[in-house]
Amino acid sequence: MKEGFRQAMAWLHTWAGLIFGWLLFAIFLTGTLSYFKDEITHWMQPEVQAHPLDDARSLAAAQAYLQQQAPTAARWFISLPDSREPGLSVMWQDRIDPGKRGNFVEKIIDPATSQPVQARESMGGDFFYRFHFQLQMPYPWGRWLSTIAAMVMCVALITGIITHKKIFKDFFTFRPRKGQRSWLDGHNAVGVLVLPFHLMITYSSLVIFMNMVMPAPITAAYGGDNRAFFNEVFPTTNNPPALGQPGALLPLLPLYEQAREQWGGGHVGRLVVNNPGDVNASVNVVRAGSDRVVHDFGSTVSFNGHTGELLRVSAEQSLPAAIGGSFYGLHMGHFAGPVLRWLYFICGLAGTAMIGTGLVIWLGKRQLKHAKTSVMPFELRLVEVLNIASMAGLMIAVAAFFWANRLLPVSFAERSSWEVESFFIAWGLSLLHAMLRRGRQAWVEQLSAGALLFVTIPLLNALTTSQHLGVSLAKGDWTMAGFDLTCCASGLFLTWAAWKMQHRVAPQARAARAQGLALKPEAR
Amino acid sequence: MKSKTSPPVAYRLAVTSRVLAAVVGGYLMASLAAVCLALWLPTSRADAVITGMMSSFVFYLLAVIWCFACRTAWRAWCGVMLPSAVFATLAGVGFWMART
Repeated sequence: MKEGFRQAMAWLHTWAGLIFGWLLFAIFLTGTLSYFKDEITHWMQPEVQAHPLDDARSLAAAQAYLQQQAPTAARWFISLPDSREPGLSVMWQDRIDPGKRGNFVEKIIDPATSQPVQARESMGGDFFYRFHFQLQMPYPWGRWLSTIAAMVMCVALITGIITHKKIFKDFFTFRPRKGQRSWLDGHNAVGVLVLPFHLMITYSSLVIFMNMVMPAPITAAYGGDNRAFFNEVFPTTNNPPALGQPGALLPLLPLYEQAREQWGGGHVGRLVVNNPGDVNASVNVVRAGSDRVVHDFGSTVSFNGHTGELLRVSAEQSLPAAIGGSFYGLHMGHFAGPVLRWLYFICGLAGTAMIGTGLVIWLGKRQLKHAKTSVMPFELRLVEVLNIASMAGLMIAVAAFFWANRLLPVSFAERSSWEVESFFIAWGLSLLHAMLRRGRQAWVEQLSAGALLFVTIPLLNALTTSQHLGVSLAKGDWTMAGFDLTCCASGLFLTWAAWKMQHRVAPQARAARAQGLALKPEAR
Repeated sequence: MKSKTSPPVAYRLAVTSRVLAAVVGGYLMASLAAVCLALWLPTSRADAVITGMMSSFVFYLLAVIWCFACRTAWRAWCGVMLPSAVFATLAGVGFWMART
């Protein structure tokens, strides 16, 4: 490593990018899908009908249901429907001995009848959201691994910028149909075009988990009492204890209205009722994250649930907390309307494409050297197999998840976890397939399989539910229709990719041709 | 195929050493820098901690870049451990002042 600074950075970019590339590709793709988490859930639980939003009716229905089902629970959670999430979700926690945590029970209620909706069991879009930072690993290992991947991404981004000397001039250079050169141009273009998004999304993911990965300052400043820090930063966790005397809970609607007045008409995301049947019941009305860009965990108005007395209005955030909150808010994009949400989605796809093209370039460059020999060295073959399984295979896995949602019977035991299983089974099979088949065939076959699975999703939806494109478009249910159409478009894109791969000039052939040209003069 | 282009053992050890300096040494330096900020910033305690944690990743990033940009693996370690020692001293003074 005696070369210049830029070469050293290029080396770091190459290797950091390679080793974490496959994981980052999966994190970016599932994270991008999470921007439409609620919309995916709506498609995966078509039984949950959207009603015109009416918070008063929803609140009354939720309170009536909880009063009847869980009057002695330790805590109720009521999440009101919004324009993206049609379900009215109620959750309660059983009371057991103090110091122990009771079980959580969650139900989706129909606001019109205040009866639970019989929806098929499914994680919906939440699966992608959870996977993109927990990686289906036990707590806290997945979060650690994904945060480490984020740090590597950060290093790869900055070293990529340093390596890329003519950043703006090169941006306008795209040389299509030039093999390796086109891949590099594409990599640079998607990298530079949405560079602010890449930097934001990467740094914010570090900030989101900073309490976990960088605990030293908390321990040092609070003398080892980390709890004191969290109580100071998140004061809403300090609720009055139950007194043990039964007391009737007031209707929640007036409290809801009072809280909205405090926020100048801001929206309510959810309500938490502590000790609902007690004279010391407390009601925390939590502001919706979609109200502002800057996310505030503690934006809450608290009341005594028995007397209606206003207990606490959370203070404004300090500047550092607001900066941290805006990183969080920007990463999650809760505030984004439809246009901005699509922009987020496209930026996320660009990030995914940047990682994917980087992996392809790494292999392509090295494959050229071995073009003459028919056998690839083990390490290149390994990268090739992992490239295929992590990119094309992941597409198949996502499609398999959607297919399982429609094909598994509604009454199937553990159906929700079987949907997740089918995602991983499909992914595992694609890895096996990539190992057994030669590189290009494996690419073409897997891309075609993914294309077929995605293109036919609208058809599958039409056959298994009553909400096919004809119905959803006529009804103006853009979530349902948008999902079908996006799947179809993804399928068409994969078809194009498979077609390109099939008709690509193989490196072997090109090398042979180049050799042929070089030999000709000698022959003469 | 194997022996023709594979780099010498010394080179591999040096790269391993740099990786360790970047990952372990870098994290140590970033943590100590964050602790310094948390103890020395003139804002409220919680705000100083949040600022320290948020900026620690920039220190980590700079440490990683240094470890791969400098000329030898020894310099990588020096470049990470010297600032760490400075931050540790500053943090120690801050901690002691907070106690008394």
